Amino acid sequence: MSAHDFDTVQLDDVSRHFGRRRALSRVTLAIKSGEIVGLLGPNGAGKSTLLGVLATIVAPTSGTIRYGTATAGESGPALRRRIGVLAHELYLYPELSAQQNLTFFANLYGLDAAQAVPAALDRAGLSDRAADEVGSFSRGMRQRLALERALLHQPRLVLLDEPFTGLDDRSVGAVSDRLRRLSAGGAIVIVATHDLDVADGLVTRVALVRDGRLIADEAAAPGLRARYRSAIGTA
Amino acid sequence: MFLRTALLVLRKDIAVEVRTFEILLTTLFFAVAVVLVFAFAFVREGQAPPYAAPGILWIAIAFAGTLALGRTFERERYGETLRALLLAPAPRPALYIGKLLGMVALLAIAEVILVPLIAFLFASPMFERPVLLVALLAAGTVGFASVGTLFGAMLIRTRTRDVLLPILLYPITVPVIICGVRGTAALVAGPGEPPDEALATMWLSILLAMDVVFLVLALWTFEPLMTE
Repeated sequence: MSAHDFDTVQLDDVSRHFGRRRALSRVTLAIKSGEIVGLLGPNGAGKSTLLGVLATIVAPTSGTIRYGTATAGESGPALRRRIGVLAHELYLYPELSAQQNLTFFANLYGLDAAQAVPAALDRAGLSDRAADEVGSFSRGMRQRLALERALLHQPRLVLLDEPFTGLDDRSVGAVSDRLRRLSAGGAIVIVATHDLDVADGLVTRVALVRDGRLIADEAAAPGLRARYRSAIGTA
Repeated sequence: MFLRTALLVLRKDIAVEVRTFEILLTTLFFAVAVVLVFAFAFVREGQAPPYAAPGILWIAIAFAGTLALGRTFERERYGETLRALLLAPAPRPALYIGKLLGMVALLAIAEVILVPLIAFLFASPMFERPVLLVALLAAGTVGFASVGTLFGAMLIRTRTRDVLLPILLYPITVPVIICGVRGTAALVAGPGEPPDEALATMWLSILLAMDVVFLVLALWTFEPLMTE
């Protein structure tokens, strides 16, 4: 385990306000290594803000987040080497090829691009399109490439915002398997999604968010849609 | 790590630009168009006003620079790639320096075309003190781009960024442009007058001092400004 590896992420009373709007309100949550947490809630519930706060790009208005025993401020930039983010926007340069995109990010994370990039392209099923501009890819292909970009540096904390958008059934299955393997390898995986059917068989724990508040935090069990409907409303 | 990250960002920006030449071509086209409009307005029967050239040069740089800044950060907004850069385990000010180097390189290419064009159209003796002229251009460009890069990054998620960028940028960079104009004017003396090197050096010193202040402030504020 490296100096910045951690087995838990602990949020204590975390709030984030944008002006008068409370995007997050007093969220307390502890997540352990090996868990796949489904972050569920309606649009505007605060899921993306929570992921942004965990990713260290949104500063909490109050409260603390500990990655293991240290906060982001105490860990410095090296903490970000252990965090992987797949956001709704894909963080890819459409003018560059798939290979150029992955090579740039591999270098930015201090990885051996010659080793990491071909393997990532292979996992994304894009080895034969490596030299093509990402702008020419379908949404599903870009989504697969973006996932590999997010996981290129083998992060300890994996934050995924709607990772199944644009994927066909086979790709959804492949991504789900990938996340299970990451979790089995000790990663902390947090998935924000509206796709309750996929989440039902994937997540080990469910965190329900509404109006910036964590309204439920429980172990995953069959019948997720029904429980979501009773907690949040229609689904 | 700092310099390596900055150079990686610069190389990435060059790779993106080489694929399309979109920003370079639009910036050059706009800068040349500005100069041509001034040439048609001011040059009469082959005679240009003796002190017009320095002002036109710096106006073209400032306007073209603003256009390039907007387009550069529009690229980072599409796909939210600036966030991806901020997520990297690198010192965030290094990202700023990388973007700044790209902007300075772009404006330097524009200046390589603008200076001879203006010297030709306005019959201006721009090349009598080439070292001082290059130093003035470099210092002025760094000063303008250092503020512009910070504001461009800061406004990336603002809906009215195209309007706000010049509103914020010009009041702060007007001293840079004035120093650039006065310094260049000291080098491009009127007919029969020798270039005033001492005066140009004084303006260059002021420009360099402003560069240091702007760069230090930008490096200091970049991380807190970029954290939402």
